[in-house]
Amino acid sequence: MAGSRMKLELSRVVQGRGRLGVLKELGKTGQHSLEVPGCLLHTHLGTVPHLTQETLQTLSNLPSVTQLTLSNIAEHQEVLEEFKDGFRTFAGLHDAVFYCSLHDPATPCLTGYTTNKTVSVWGSGGRIELTVAKFMALQKAVQPDWYQSMADGETWQNNTSRKRVRKSVDRTLAHLDECLLVHQNSQELEGVEVFGVVEGGDFLEERVRSGRETAKRPVAGFCLDGLQTGSMDQALRTQLITAVTKELPEDKPRLLQGVGRPDEVLACVEAGVDLFESFFPFQVTERGCALCFSFDTSPDPELAGRAAPAVLELDGERDTSGETQQNGDLNPDDQSRMTSFEINLKDKRYKDDFRPLVEGCGCYCCKNHQRVYLHHLLVTNELLAGVLLMIHNTAHYHAFFAALREALANDKLEVLKRRVLGERGRQMEINKTDKSE
Amino acid sequence: MAATTECGADVNTSENNMSVMKALSAASPLTLRVVAECPVTKARACDLILPHCAVSTPVFMPVGTQGTLKGITVDQLEGLGCEICLGNTYHLGMRPGPDLIEKANGLHGFMNWKRNLLTDSGGFQMVSLVELSEVTEEGVKFKSPYDGEEILLSPEKSISIQNSLGSDIMMQLDDVVSSTVSGPRVEEAMHRSVRWLDRCIAANKNPDKQNLFAIIQGGLDAELRQACLDEMTQRDVPGFAIGGLSGGEEKDDFWRMVTLSTDHLPREKPRYLMGVGYAVDLVVCVALGCDMFDCVFPTRTARFGSALVPWGSLQVKHKQYAKDFQPIDPDCPCPTCKRHSRAYLHALFKSDTAAMHYITIHNIAYQLTLMRSVRRSIVDGCFPEFIRTFMKRMFPSRDQYPGWAVDALASVDVTLD
Repeated sequence: MAGSRMKLELSRVVQGRGRLGVLKELGKTGQHSLEVPGCLLHTHLGTVPHLTQETLQTLSNLPSVTQLTLSNIAEHQEVLEEFKDGFRTFAGLHDAVFYCSLHDPATPCLTGYTTNKTVSVWGSGGRIELTVAKFMALQKAVQPDWYQSMADGETWQNNTSRKRVRKSVDRTLAHLDECLLVHQNSQELEGVEVFGVVEGGDFLEERVRSGRETAKRPVAGFCLDGLQTGSMDQALRTQLITAVTKELPEDKPRLLQGVGRPDEVLACVEAGVDLFESFFPFQVTERGCALCFSFDTSPDPELAGRAAPAVLELDGERDTSGETQQNGDLNPDDQSRMTSFEINLKDKRYKDDFRPLVEGCGCYCCKNHQRVYLHHLLVTNELLAGVLLMIHNTAHYHAFFAALREALANDKLEVLKRRVLGERGRQMEINKTDKSE
Repeated sequence: MAATTECGADVNTSENNMSVMKALSAASPLTLRVVAECPVTKARACDLILPHCAVSTPVFMPVGTQGTLKGITVDQLEGLGCEICLGNTYHLGMRPGPDLIEKANGLHGFMNWKRNLLTDSGGFQMVSLVELSEVTEEGVKFKSPYDGEEILLSPEKSISIQNSLGSDIMMQLDDVVSSTVSGPRVEEAMHRSVRWLDRCIAANKNPDKQNLFAIIQGGLDAELRQACLDEMTQRDVPGFAIGGLSGGEEKDDFWRMVTLSTDHLPREKPRYLMGVGYAVDLVVCVALGCDMFDCVFPTRTARFGSALVPWGSLQVKHKQYAKDFQPIDPDCPCPTCKRHSRAYLHALFKSDTAAMHYITIHNIAYQLTLMRSVRRSIVDGCFPEFIRTFMKRMFPSRDQYPGWAVDALASVDVTLD
């Protein structure tokens, strides 16, 4: 059961903060690695939403680390304890490297259920209250490769008081100490890594204190919590992350929870974040949309011959018909709203559009199906809509991360930002002058 | 192995003139080779050559109502060995509509399915789904559930839509009467179905690419069935369906109507028993001489967590499977059973739709595997033995065998021990 310590090898640090590298020696045998900036594979109980293993395997270049959430797993504790061999074998996912987080980033958490000694998660059967003892018993049953320590992250709402934030930092540190104590005495968790959780709401000094204190503990990396989309604007998020990462050791990875929009990802990478959770493509799928933003940084996409999908004809093509589009841009806080990085396949304009979701995209959906079909599946509420959209959105999102790494490697981050953000700005202009129905 | 006999369903070639005579002279794009016939029962194993690929019969055809098989990709369906599946004309005619599908190069192009498709006439859904439908000699009149507009589905209209869909096998519009109805309405429906068959044959714009099947009607009345058989077998259609059954009638009536039909259908043409898909019904009706079957049951029941197994079904969502770490069926070679346990699927049902897809995959695999085993045993000349083994596995004891199945099998000289 001896696992190996994960190692972060940075090959580049751009402008003192944006980091490019590889997280090495992951998994029980230490044979897996994960490039950073990167993201984890978001799942429901080990399954990428809507996708069976067969359909998932049509995708190449998926992250080597799969994210599990205790909100899904907690209700199955007794089963896993009886099973004994850990979640990996239970789920039949023998090659996977698992990271176990507390909450599902795609599902907003209810507040008001956290106490000094407990946090709560919501499973299919309702709320489950976790003490450190129960939390650690779950980790022993799951046997992930790494996990997030227990944390009080209930600070994301606007106007959370300084007192409440301070309490959250204190509690989270106390939980971490307790978790580490149990961890060190658990044979089942030998070789398993722990990520400490940095809290602090939107108070700079609390963020710094949380980061500094957490860094003193024997953790393998850090989760930055309470900064999720909806909790604050990007300027403040950038400021807080920049301040916190200064307190964190260079050689350990930083995972940002609850942020997934491409524009926010870019800003957070520049602020020093290494890892993200890939719940964003799932959210896009759930609203019947397809990611279509371009991230091609080659001067001439036609000649570049890159594997990354490129949207060749953008103007006026994205969904600009409804107010959802504008709301998406005006209220980046609302996670259920459409963003400008996607098109709404339910829109009537796609009812006779025989093009793939994204020209040049190599995913199973784009290679085999057309927008007209996706539109039909969505208006008839067919299950295959979620399957095909999830395939495409997952492929597109991970290709974006690959492009991001390539841009960092080749000094093209500014080009990439212009490509990703510039179009977004332009799109807003198009919205204003749109002529379609 | 029995000698292979080849029977082109049709021999004549026709010019492209639209006349009623064409009905008697169209070369249909279908060939049926009888590979083996059971020496005891009426079962047969055939190769049914259709425009997109050959189909090994007996065959179960999964139903992809709206141009998709619930949550399954066409590659997965192909991977399971499915050679033909269904689309529903009523649904597809409504959304996205025949014009659009025609633009997409037919239903094949629209859903990117490379193998064969069979479409129904749309009449059954109209009668079963739409409240305000009225049947006249002209056709079925109904109000669109989407915009309330009054629409007439005539035989010509049904075939026109199916021509746009481009299915390999089209079904005639028939006058569907519930199998529990009796009296003059059944006779009227039977005669009307014969007349509508002629109109459908005349309306088929692609007789060289699309096969039109007749549907034997006549309710549960042997005389009416016989009369319908007499009439319809005089038409030069490439295949026949047995319709108007599997609608809640007594199983004793059901199997008698099936066997009466197969007794009088030509050997060299495929026989399609509509709406039948329970494992026992499939095995018995193969013994009675049917080649093709369809049913939404295996895929619908999958979404409720019911997995089909040789001993019946297994309700994955039931608590008893929460800690059951073996596959749904340890002997099943499907991708679901190869990787996942009952316990994992049980848990996954609470978190994600993929759980439904896993059971759907398993259930389609079960149906197709069952039919392949049936075929194998017919080819090997041991189908009666197969039936006995199958029944023993399906039912805990002899006294739980359904009486109708025992009777039906006895009628084709299979006694169950």
